[in-house]
Amino acid sequence: MTKIRTQYNRRSFLKVSAAASGGMLIGFSWLNGCKPNTPEPEPGIALPNEWFDINGYIKIGDTGLVTIYSPNPEIGQNVKTSMPMIVAEELDVPWENVVVEQAPLNTGFYQNQFAGGSLSIRLSWNALRMAGATGKRMLMEAAAKEWGLQLADISASEGVIKENNGERTVTYGEIASKAVGIEVPEEVDLKSPKDFKLIGTSIKNVDGEKIVTGQPLFGLDFQREGMSLAMIQHPPSFGMTVKDFNEEEIKKMPGVKDAFIIDTTINEPDWFDEKGFKQLIAIVGDSTWELMQAKKAIKANWESTGELESSSMHKERLEKALVSGTVTESRKDGNPEAAFKRAAKVIEQTYTAPFMAHNTLEPMNFFANVTEDSAELMGPTQTPEALEGSVAKLLDLPLENITVDMSRMGGGFGRRLYVHFGLEAAAISKKIGGPVKLIYSREDDMSQGTYRPTYRSTYKAGLDENNNLIAFSVRGAGLPDGPVFPNRFPAGAVENYLAEKISADTNITTGAWRAPRSNFTAGAEQAFLDEVAELAGKDPIDFRLELFERAKNNPVGEEYEYDAERYAGVLKLVKEKANWGSNEPNVFRGVAAYFCHSTYVAEVFDMVMEKGQPKVKKVWCAVDCGIVINRDGAINMMQGGVVDGIGHAMYSQLTFENGTPKQMNFDRYQLIRHSQAPDDIEVFFVENEIDPTGLGEPGLPPAMGALANAMYKATGQRYYNQPFATERQVIG
Amino acid sequence: MANFKLKVNGKTQEVAVDPTTPMLWVLRDHLKLVGTKYGCGIAQCGACTVHLDDNAVRSCQLPVSAVGDKEITTIEGLSENGDHPVQKAWIEEDVYQCGYCQAGQIMNASAFLKKNPNPSDSEIESAMNGNICRCGTYTRIKKAIKTAANTENA
Repeated sequence: MTKIRTQYNRRSFLKVSAAASGGMLIGFSWLNGCKPNTPEPEPGIALPNEWFDINGYIKIGDTGLVTIYSPNPEIGQNVKTSMPMIVAEELDVPWENVVVEQAPLNTGFYQNQFAGGSLSIRLSWNALRMAGATGKRMLMEAAAKEWGLQLADISASEGVIKENNGERTVTYGEIASKAVGIEVPEEVDLKSPKDFKLIGTSIKNVDGEKIVTGQPLFGLDFQREGMSLAMIQHPPSFGMTVKDFNEEEIKKMPGVKDAFIIDTTINEPDWFDEKGFKQLIAIVGDSTWELMQAKKAIKANWESTGELESSSMHKERLEKALVSGTVTESRKDGNPEAAFKRAAKVIEQTYTAPFMAHNTLEPMNFFANVTEDSAELMGPTQTPEALEGSVAKLLDLPLENITVDMSRMGGGFGRRLYVHFGLEAAAISKKIGGPVKLIYSREDDMSQGTYRPTYRSTYKAGLDENNNLIAFSVRGAGLPDGPVFPNRFPAGAVENYLAEKISADTNITTGAWRAPRSNFTAGAEQAFLDEVAELAGKDPIDFRLELFERAKNNPVGEEYEYDAERYAGVLKLVKEKANWGSNEPNVFRGVAAYFCHSTYVAEVFDMVMEKGQPKVKKVWCAVDCGIVINRDGAINMMQGGVVDGIGHAMYSQLTFENGTPKQMNFDRYQLIRHSQAPDDIEVFFVENEIDPTGLGEPGLPPAMGALANAMYKATGQRYYNQPFATERQVIG
Repeated sequence: MANFKLKVNGKTQEVAVDPTTPMLWVLRDHLKLVGTKYGCGIAQCGACTVHLDDNAVRSCQLPVSAVGDKEITTIEGLSENGDHPVQKAWIEEDVYQCGYCQAGQIMNASAFLKKNPNPSDSEIESAMNGNICRCGTYTRIKKAIKTAANTENA
């Protein structure tokens, strides 16, 4: 057991109180038009007549039904199941008694209400445990008081409090009313990981039944009495803005209620305000189809505001940047120049990757209802607090007059970290003076993105006569941000080391895309190390393990950003599980390992040639993310990361001609499909008691490297330029 | 505008819409059946899959005027209590991540299994290739289809 001091986040930890909204709040669902959505508890648990607020995370009903609020946005990373599991573990209630609700944005109750950087679990681990443990302690104090006993004389488990030397028992539901007024403890006990009953097991997705029966869950499904629909039209090219359009003609089209230009420019925009087009044509009506037809009839005058960029231009800019660009971040150990000169063997390779769109399957959308002095927002956002702040700036309203509710999201991948679609909905609602839901078409979504930047990196390695790696350098450029992490592996493991990051200009809007920069760096670095190991005549896993030994025992330089032991640990685990070294006929193996977002992952791919095309049949994946919360959910995330990594390295790209994306829908933008996915992906976790880290991103980056390395074995050709399918002149 | 009488999930419903309106938007905007999803609008992603009689079709490419007296079944009407073998298999395998594409996957899989109750791996792959899952749950979808096939054949 660990003692932890409770920290109060303003209103989150108050004395227990009878819930102000009585029984109404439970199951309250915005999607059902503000009618209470009756939960379906397991047989045996009646719906409570009275509810008690334990703290911002927990509400207990008099029958023992427990509502746990999941604070963070749900984008498919399954935090709506795993975060409440942590609360339930420390509260010590049977999961069958738990109903999970999505919390709205509430900066008074919660911290870090965002979905990004694989940080939800990592940042909230302590807060969630504390919320559960505090609740349990307050219920126990109420029971102790009732029975005239000391806390030490009673114990609580599975929602029932017992006296240690006696027969009396009371359920959480029965004692909840007596907890009203109990002081919040200054210190609470947390369970020891060995006593976890829920954490580490597999709990099914809490929204599963709603998903398979098509219940309204997503922003695009939101309905409100009297709500209009709206679509926008942006300029055809980056580097253009709208001057005017055939407004009167559009307003006369069937189903169009209004048409106008909105401006979402705000003062002091932050990174999450990224958007290429602040002025947009908006059309309002009641039917999506009619709005789509009206959009086609728009005749606008566009004006140039900058250069109209093409992919050939981007390639030239990156090539030039790599030669003569300004280095914005770097690291140097030893004397790389001299070491390369004296090296017995030197190898140098250049890797590239294109711009990519996020392509969440649910296109951008948002609901807004703006009045004179308030704004209500509802929809898919990874950053509700950022959205609230930007809407406050746009409408010149105080934060407390703005509410943000979060729907389940049809994918995020970083796209919904950006808040412009919420602002656009607010601007349209303000103009029409009523509630509106803004909907992007797929083409709108793909052609005004916050894309993964395009990258180009050159790696160089020098081996001495005994095939030891004595020099390593990487120089990477990106439009706009360079794909280099100077202090990551192999920093610390090579005597003479140089890493240089270079940025270059573009007016294409870019942003965080699942595992930013790692989504290119891992693939390039791990493919390069495979080639270096081959040149050294060493097994690729043994070669890496040698480097980790060096970093662990005799590190180069003052610091590096990984734990060499844990990094080596996932490689050793995957080596064992995949039975690395065994050679099956016509099966070609590749390996890669990467550390990002505080999680270590190693992957082995088995590839076969099917009808002349390389296909990944089987994947072994070893992960060290500390304590695993929801085992099957964690496995699912890793499997998805692997498939996503294969898909994007193999098939996907966004190219430009005169500022216009050449791919605007899934006919030309290729995403991985069923027949291209592996048959089986086995996931293994390093079992330890280290505080948990995230899994949303870390599964993807190494997949790109393992893919490249397996493809080399299968085809005899090295792959340097993503998407590999284009390099092979095949469409999978 | 024209009036159409549609048989959706066993009920007859009337709508007054432009005859070119795809069933996807009739379902979502007019009948408020939002389980059928919009993903691409050009029959490339499969998120809008519904059954037209027993066939899986892309509702984004099915004008309301072409439906006639054929029966439309959406995810909301696939079973009364969410207990179709395919829905149950999806829950058992905990298939979904974001969940957005899954209604389309389930509708396609259920129509496919009706025609081919005992499919091979490659038959599953080709039948399901038109349904994109951006989260990459393909291995679980395949497993769930096999689970459903086994229950149906049991």
